[in-house]
This record gives sequence, structure tokens and C-alpha cells, in this order.
Amino acid sequence: MSDDAPPDPAAVADDSEALYEDAPSGALVTLADGTIVRVNRTLLRWLGRPPEDVLCRPFRELLAPGDRIYYETHYAPLLLMQHEVSGVAVTLVCADGSGVPCMISSMLRPAEQDRPAAILTTLFEATDRRTYEQELLRARKGARAAEERAHALARSLQQSLLPPALPDVPGLDVAAAYHPVGQGLDVGGDFYDVFEMATGTWALLVGDVSGKGAAAAGVTAAARYAARGAAVRSTMPSDVLRAVNRALLRDGSDHYCTMCYVAVRAVDEGGVRLVLSSGGHPLPLRVRRDGGIEGVGSPGTALGLLDEVTLHDDEVILAPGDALIVYTDGVTDGRRGDAFFGEERLFGALDELRGAPVSVIATSLVDRVVGFQEGWPRDDVAVVALMPRP
Amino acid sequence: MADVLTRNNVTVAGRPDGQPMVFAHGFGCDQNMWRFVTPAFEGDYRIVLFDLVGLGGSDWSAYDPARYGSLAGYADDVLEISRALELTDIVFVGHSVSSMIGALAAVEEPERFARLVMVGPSPRYINDSDYAGGFSLTDIEGLLESLDSNYLGWSAATAPAIMGNSDRPELGTELTNSFCRTDPDIARHFARVTFRSDNRADLPEVRTPTLILQCSEDVIAPDPVGEYVHRAIDRSTLVRLRATGHCPNLSAPEETIAAIRSFL
Repeated sequence: MSDDAPPDPAAVADDSEALYEDAPSGALVTLADGTIVRVNRTLLRWLGRPPEDVLCRPFRELLAPGDRIYYETHYAPLLLMQHEVSGVAVTLVCADGSGVPCMISSMLRPAEQDRPAAILTTLFEATDRRTYEQELLRARKGARAAEERAHALARSLQQSLLPPALPDVPGLDVAAAYHPVGQGLDVGGDFYDVFEMATGTWALLVGDVSGKGAAAAGVTAAARYAARGAAVRSTMPSDVLRAVNRALLRDGSDHYCTMCYVAVRAVDEGGVRLVLSSGGHPLPLRVRRDGGIEGVGSPGTALGLLDEVTLHDDEVILAPGDALIVYTDGVTDGRRGDAFFGEERLFGALDELRGAPVSVIATSLVDRVVGFQEGWPRDDVAVVALMPRP
Repeated sequence: MADVLTRNNVTVAGRPDGQPMVFAHGFGCDQNMWRFVTPAFEGDYRIVLFDLVGLGGSDWSAYDPARYGSLAGYADDVLEISRALELTDIVFVGHSVSSMIGALAAVEEPERFARLVMVGPSPRYINDSDYAGGFSLTDIEGLLESLDSNYLGWSAATAPAIMGNSDRPELGTELTNSFCRTDPDIARHFARVTFRSDNRADLPEVRTPTLILQCSEDVIAPDPVGEYVHRAIDRSTLVRLRATGHCPNLSAPEETIAAIRSFL
């Protein structure tokens, strides 16, 4: 009977030499200064070199030049400090000049009585992994570039929706301040405009379109132009707002807007006579020189939602020293944790700013609201302030 | 003042009334590079360690590419730290590129600096017509690619702590690779600034007595470069270390300490 005893697993398990030499990864042992003292067959095969070309040479010589710098400035110091480094990408340079992308890991075994410190290093061939990573890096760069382009576009779009400078209105000081939602990387919904309706008659409008982004921007533009167009035909603010409502409904967008329209009727030494209408918009505030602050006008329906809207025209007189503040809900809705900026803070700020020039009032108020939200407002903030010119 | 010290993650140790020794790490890592060297001087000197802005525990948000578009920005930081801590009679120990940062600071305010120690210095890394810096532009591009490909430079994910490294108990639970942490964009920019720098013209202006520690087989700052620095700085001493590689402060701390001690 022939001897067919089954093969002995111990024969394989005990052959650690083979495991080292022919492992699916490269392996080498160096001294602490990187001098190669042992290298396995797999690595020699990758390099296309005989052992005598590799032994006693410094490990870094196996690496591409850029990687050598990286090795000396990052890898080696880390190894000396924490005794292990893993998963670093380098390229091995082969005898024929070609490169093999690898992931390397090393472990520093400290010196002992009978032997010096040694570094054990394994190298994994990582061509496919490297290709994948490079694709990812490329995609990441592309995504970043696209994002930057989008932000630039949003910024320029936002700028185009707001008047670059307010015109000089005879007899009135007018100032506006604005801060976009978040970091200004998207297009918000607040807008304002000051324009001459017909020679010598001026109007101010402040509005807030729901939502953000390109669609909201479109509605902003539509609302502004509808208002300007209607202002030529009609002197009553409520008529202008009704026209804006019709225009928005016609456009059929999902966005609605709130708007406050203020028409300047007369300016003389006694002050300024205004007529205003509000469509779903926070009522403007008259800050009296003698100390009071009150909302003026009457609430009305927001625009772009319903066919039938309720709108009123109210007359407001500003005596010399009085100011009219028209703002968007980004002011009162400003958030800090659970707290809102709210009416109390708004009135408080206006109290403190009483008597200041309109530019200071507008800018200060916006700064306070943005500051309250630690520089990151959750909605656009817009304030327009006007005062009879002294 | 507190801002500067936070910005640069300044740590002060040693003798409060001792002569100040300011240690500046080089490209790639942070002040922990000096951990095997500074203890030897703590008994006699006031030890000041800091991180270059954009590396280690410094305030990365303070990294302004314009300010740090040249080594002069870092030299200004060194002077700001010196002013904040009211340091005079400074022994400035700079590794690698920080040797040049120290040189620039000492040229700017020579009255503040008593001695300069340059460990592996190089005034210019890229070869020139009659100057062998050691590298070509392609080599530097290769380094930038290496930086892009390697997680050591990436900070977005939290690094796992080193666990149970029984032969380095003093490391405790320090984050893995934290010593070489930086932001990838900063790493790229700093690499460019460092490896494209040229401070050869500044060396003759250095009047401070200078010790140059030259390692054997240092590919980053090879022998001829060390020689060049020695010839260019009037009052300089060149000491060749037996240690190899670019970081003798880590690989051969005793030899480094001894060389510095002899000089001081």
C-alpha cells in the first residue's frame, strides 16, 4: 500500500521564510537611519533589482525624488517620535525607470542590549488605489472650482438686484443697509429701491421675496420692475402693490413677496408728507424726535398669493428730526439660540440711534442684527431709513 | 500679547530667569520635534517653543497666504513672540527652513539675538547655475503631489489615538500623526514658499555668532549647502554630525545637544 498520509499543515505554517520572502507585499528591514539590511523577494521583483543593488543603500533611494523629501520631512520624523506610521502613499522607482505606486507602513523596534534599533516596513502595491485617489482628487478640485464659480455668480447676481447707490432725493436724506443671508454665498430675497416716479415725485420700496436662489432672484426682479412700471401709471401706493400682485400671479412662480411702498407727496420746512401701503410687510416705524416710536400704516395681504388682496393707503407726516424706518423681517426674526432679535431690541436700538444721520441708523441697525447672530444671519437683513433734510 | 502666544501655540518651560532659548521647528512637523533636545537645557535656560502658523497647534485661521508668501512673514512672527515675552539675548535654534527664519529675524533686530543655531540649514533648495541646492523644480512638484496624496497632511477626519504603544508610554493618547498635522492647502503653500525660497543674499547680513550643524547624508540640506552657509556667514562655526538624515534633533539628540552645548 502506498504511503498517502495527508500533507502536514505544519510544513506550511513553519515555513515563515517563504511567508516573508514571497509575501504579496514588499517587506524590508532597515536600521534606524534607513540603511536597508534585509529585503524580500517580492520587493526585489517589483524593483527589478538584485539584492546587492538594494542592501546597504538608504531606503529613501528607492523613492521618487518628491517622495524622498516627504519621507525625510514627515515620515522619518513621525517614525522617530511615535514609532509607527502607516498608510502613506509613495512611488517606488524601478530599475527601468518606471514607478510603482505603493502604500507603506513602518514600525520602529527600539534598540535592545544585543541589537540596534530597526525599522520594519511593508509596502503594498497600490496602482489601482492610486488611480482611484487621483480621480477623487481631480473630482474634488473640479467640485471646488464649480462651487467657487457658483458663489461668484450669486454675489454678482445679488449685487445687480440692489441699487448700487441711492439717488439724491430733494429734501430727504435716505440711506440703506443690507446684509445677505449666511455668508452671502447664495442669492437672498430682500430688495429695496428708491426712484423718481414722475418728475419731482419720489418713491421708496422695500420687499422680501420668499426663498432663496435663482428662482427667488427672478421674482425679485419681476416685483421691482412691476412696481416701477405701475408707479408711472398710478400715484396710489396700494395700486402699485396691486399691480405687483397681478404681475407675480401672472408669472406663476411658487414664490410670494411682501412689500412696502412709500410715496413722497410733499416736502417743505414743516416736514415731509408720505403716503404708504404695506402688503404683508412689517409696518414701517416712525421714530419721533421727541421720543416715541410707533408703527405706521396698516397691515395688508402679501403679494403673489391671492387674486384678491387687502391693501390700504395711509398718510404719514415726518416732522423735522423724525425718521421713517422701513425694514425686512430679517431684522426681527434674527436668531441667537432660542432668542429672537425681536421688536424690543429693534425699538431699543432705534432709541439709542435717535438723532443720528440716516446712514448711521441703517448701518448700525444691520450691524447689530448681524452681530446678534454672530455674523451668520439666517435671513437677509435690509433697512432703509429716511428723514427730512435739515 | 495673548493673541500672539495663542496664535503660535507658544509654550514656555525651564528657568523663568534663564537666558531664552527659542526653538523653531522646520518644514513638515511641529514643536514636538524638539522633545528629545529641550529637556537637556531646561535647567539652565528659559525654553520657548512655538509652532509656525498653519502647522501643529497654531491658529490655522491666522494663515494669510500674503503674509506667509515669504519667510519674512514667519520672521516677523518670531519677533512678535520675542516682543510679547520680552525676550532679549536670545539663543535661536532653528531646524531646516527655520534656520533661515531665524537668520532673517536676527538681521532685522540683531540686538535681540545672542546666538543662532542652524540645524540642517539651506538658503535655497533648487539648483541654480552655479549653486547646487539639491533639487530641481520637478522634484518640488513631486513633493507637492506627495503632500496632496497623503493623509498626514489632512486634518478633516480625527486621527485615531495611538493605542497601547507599550514602548512609548510617554506618548499616552496623543493623536496619531498629530505632530505633522496641517491643512492641505496650507501644506502646499508652505511647501512652495519653503522650497522656492532664496535667502542666499541675506546670509552675509547675519552678524550674530552662528553654529551650523551639518548632518551626514542629509538629502534636504547636503554638505555643499552647509559649506555655503558657513562661508556666507562671517561669524559662523560648522560642526559635522555623525548623524545621518535631516532630523538629528530626533535621530541623534545626544549628539545634537552636545554640539549646541559646546557652542554656548
